[in-house]
Amino acid sequence: MITSLRGQSLLSLNEVSRDAILEVLNTAESFVEVNRRTIKKVPALKGRVVASLFFEESTRTRLSFETAAKRLSADVLSLAVASSSVKKGESLRDTIATIDALGIDAVVLRHRSSGAALQVSRYVPHVRVINAGDGQHQHPTQGLLDAFTIRQVLSQRRGTTGLESGGELFEGLRILIVGDIRHSRVARSDIAAYSTLGAEVRVCAPGTLLPDDVEQWPVTVATDFDESLEWADVVGLLRLQAERGSGAFVPSLDEFTFTHGLTVERFARMRPETLIMHPGPMNRGVEVDSRVVDAAAAIVEQQVANGVPIRMAVLYLSVAGSGESS
Amino acid sequence: MSSKDERQARSRGLAFFAKSQLMSADDVTRALRRMSHEVVERNHSTESLSIIGLQSGGAPIAVALAGYLSEISNAPVTASLLDVSFYRDDLSHNPVPASSQTSIDHDLTNRTVVLVDDVLFTGRTIRAALNALSDWGRPRAVQLCVLVDRGHRELPIRPDFVGKNLPTAIDEAIVATLDGVWIGTREET
Amino acid sequence: MSIVLRQGLIIGPTSSVIGDVLVVDGTIADVGPAIDAPSDAYEVDARDCWVGPGFVDLHTHLREPGREAAETIESGARAGALGGYCALVAMPNTEPCLDNVATVSYVLARGATTPLDICVAGAITQGRRGEALAPMAEMAALGVRLFSDDGIGVRDPSVMRRALLYANPLGVRLAQHCEDEQLAGGGTMNEGALSSRLGLTGRPALAEELMVMRDLELVRATGAAMHFLHLSTARSVALVVAARAQGLRVTFEIAPHHFTLDEQCCEGYDPAFKVHPPLRTRDDVAALVAALRRGDVDAVATDHAPHAPELKDLPFDEAPAGMLGLEHAASLTYEALGAPQCDPAVFFQVMSRGPAAIAQLRREDAPPRHSAHGGSVAPGEDANLTVFSPSTHWTVSRSALASRSMNTPYDGRELSGRVRATIAKGRLVVDQEVLT
Repeated sequence: MITSLRGQSLLSLNEVSRDAILEVLNTAESFVEVNRRTIKKVPALKGRVVASLFFEESTRTRLSFETAAKRLSADVLSLAVASSSVKKGESLRDTIATIDALGIDAVVLRHRSSGAALQVSRYVPHVRVINAGDGQHQHPTQGLLDAFTIRQVLSQRRGTTGLESGGELFEGLRILIVGDIRHSRVARSDIAAYSTLGAEVRVCAPGTLLPDDVEQWPVTVATDFDESLEWADVVGLLRLQAERGSGAFVPSLDEFTFTHGLTVERFARMRPETLIMHPGPMNRGVEVDSRVVDAAAAIVEQQVANGVPIRMAVLYLSVAGSGESS
Repeated sequence: MSSKDERQARSRGLAFFAKSQLMSADDVTRALRRMSHEVVERNHSTESLSIIGLQSGGAPIAVALAGYLSEISNAPVTASLLDVSFYRDDLSHNPVPASSQTSIDHDLTNRTVVLVDDVLFTGRTIRAALNALSDWGRPRAVQLCVLVDRGHRELPIRPDFVGKNLPTAIDEAIVATLDGVWIGTREET
Repeated sequence: MSIVLRQGLIIGPTSSVIGDVLVVDGTIADVGPAIDAPSDAYEVDARDCWVGPGFVDLHTHLREPGREAAETIESGARAGALGGYCALVAMPNTEPCLDNVATVSYVLARGATTPLDICVAGAITQGRRGEALAPMAEMAALGVRLFSDDGIGVRDPSVMRRALLYANPLGVRLAQHCEDEQLAGGGTMNEGALSSRLGLTGRPALAEELMVMRDLELVRATGAAMHFLHLSTARSVALVVAARAQGLRVTFEIAPHHFTLDEQCCEGYDPAFKVHPPLRTRDDVAALVAALRRGDVDAVATDHAPHAPELKDLPFDEAPAGMLGLEHAASLTYEALGAPQCDPAVFFQVMSRGPAAIAQLRREDAPPRHSAHGGSVAPGEDANLTVFSPSTHWTVSRSALASRSMNTPYDGRELSGRVRATIAKGRLVVDQEVLT
């Protein structure tokens, strides 16, 4: 169990304690302020080198991490996968060894294979590894920023701040996660964060998109989507990969919209204060109706905006506390 | 010991044990009143002053000082807060300090900044603060106001306004708050 | 050339006795309490050791032809000799695959240059594609007695039924890798709570068990003989044991990794633990060990699957499945059989006599064949003998293996019992735990 992220790699939220999560959220509050300044840069990681290795394309996450690293004054080494030797059959171990030879303090890693971040942390134990999404396993900074956004929005509504709210705001908070839970690293990280913080989490999905062992997850499975929408304080939508809705896991995207899409009709029946979240990019007309997207846009944008301070907090705690610079 | 040092000490499993009290709450009030008069005397008015307390030990002291300045000048003076965690030069070998909020809401260009802290010791916190301030513009002047100066400077920094000079041994610790000032030691809990 | 094994515990099918074994010109010449050996006989001190028929591995991937960087017939034979094996059955999933006389002849010819008997399992279908039958009769004429598409199972039930009907009168046996690939769905580890948490696609036990059920019914319908490769779940084993008791001509093997390691090993995403069928649950491991101790298991087979190191440095889902087995199978089996209470008769049954019967390598089996394996330690038998020291402890080191590859899941593990000497085809190929 990780009780503080200081000096630690962040591979998964499964083994991160409530205190450690709150420490990241609280530190991120400081970075929200930094990001409001005219000069949005602090020297905390001056002279440190952060390698950004995206073996799977994700412009949004990559930009968010690299912006975060730069605002901490770190030097960013960015490996463009398409132009690297990775496609020429170089093993992951060799690629990491090459980057490590350049002298790095941290690796931000996105990879299509589950467990890649853990493997890399074994190859270079002296380097902090921040998992930016590995296969269907985890996407810990997304889980942290989703928790942060919930705390921020609900605190504002109550006329207080996230810092003052601490973790109590999550106690008994009703969070519904809808969609492809089985294949989603975001769902795994979100559920870990929410349940560790004390929220009550429900999941709702077609039977084929629920994980096989869902009864062992810290969630309850909802059978009635419409009832759950009324129940929830927060609704987290997941992106449905088109290939999963082409007969493989659900008969069609239309059928998914029919059973689990957040349609205008369903949206109209929800409580007005219910938060709608989505990790992006959204499939308008599939998991969420276009008109609902527009109504929920503010929160989704806030999620994107919070990506930078959360990732600054993670990099700051992880790397600044990692001993002498290499 | 400054409360920032105290926080770092706590994260290493150290706690402050007081040996004796050197200033009472009344002594602290008198010192702050005197310093607020000195600030006005030096700067003639409070109009172009920006009072900035360093998180977290300097914050309540800056708020109190701003209160006295408002009384003296008959004009509202507010204190801003600055957290210098992200500007420290010892991040790689000390535990990462817990950060607190920064609330500087105006451009500091052509302002006279009065930095306020609880204890002046090595000067490294002030160096970090001077670095940080430049991100909010180019102040006309920066002045330094501390409740306690305990010596042992490691950088060429001197205070403009001092509540009390306290010669200390390097291994002693000082706690300075609005409730009083104590000398003692840091020990394992 | 004569060799005399001095004062070992000679393990018979039912009883054991301490004595000497004299080997002259490839044949066991004499067995007795104290043999008067020729003066030039090479003496092997077998005190505190078990002397029994040489081990036979029904399931070895020798990688040649095609992937000689991972293993060759020669390096695989050396690894086998160190593991106490006198005969190896080479699996056909080479490149090109062993589905015709030319490639089978090549492997047999190469194998003949090694100190061991290298046998071949031919492919059931052409190119192991699961469609048209491979020329089993032509390969059988070369001495091939086992056929398998190992690596994958024969998916189409009509093809499998035809294969059984065709193989039956040839006197050969089909060996099935039971996993329905459609259900296993590109999975990389056992399906369950752990795979779900790790975000790895699972290979359900059901994918194996369904094919076991189907094939048992095909055997029942055709009357053919069949061997089940590397059964890994409690249920698979129970199904085949029950069918065998009903009189079906079925046999099965289990692999050491399936009765010593469980799915928890995958937690660190180390591809050394990736294998098909996957490492199963703790309960499955316990059931396999129990079956082994009850004497229900026909054979322990290694599924020795070398992979070049760079392939095991890939992410878990991209790395190839398979692990080394030849050099530590005997120790692992000895431990699983309850070392030091291990019954040596059961040990040699699963390591030698059982697999030799399935591979048809015994004296009474129809020629053509290699030398005879899995018989008694008695005068007149071909000299394929393994000397196993139950009291030796050793530590596996992946860089100290004879295999060309290093993908052992047991690196650093301390094991009990070790092969001290191997006499294969009458020659002492391993002495004092090293190759001669």
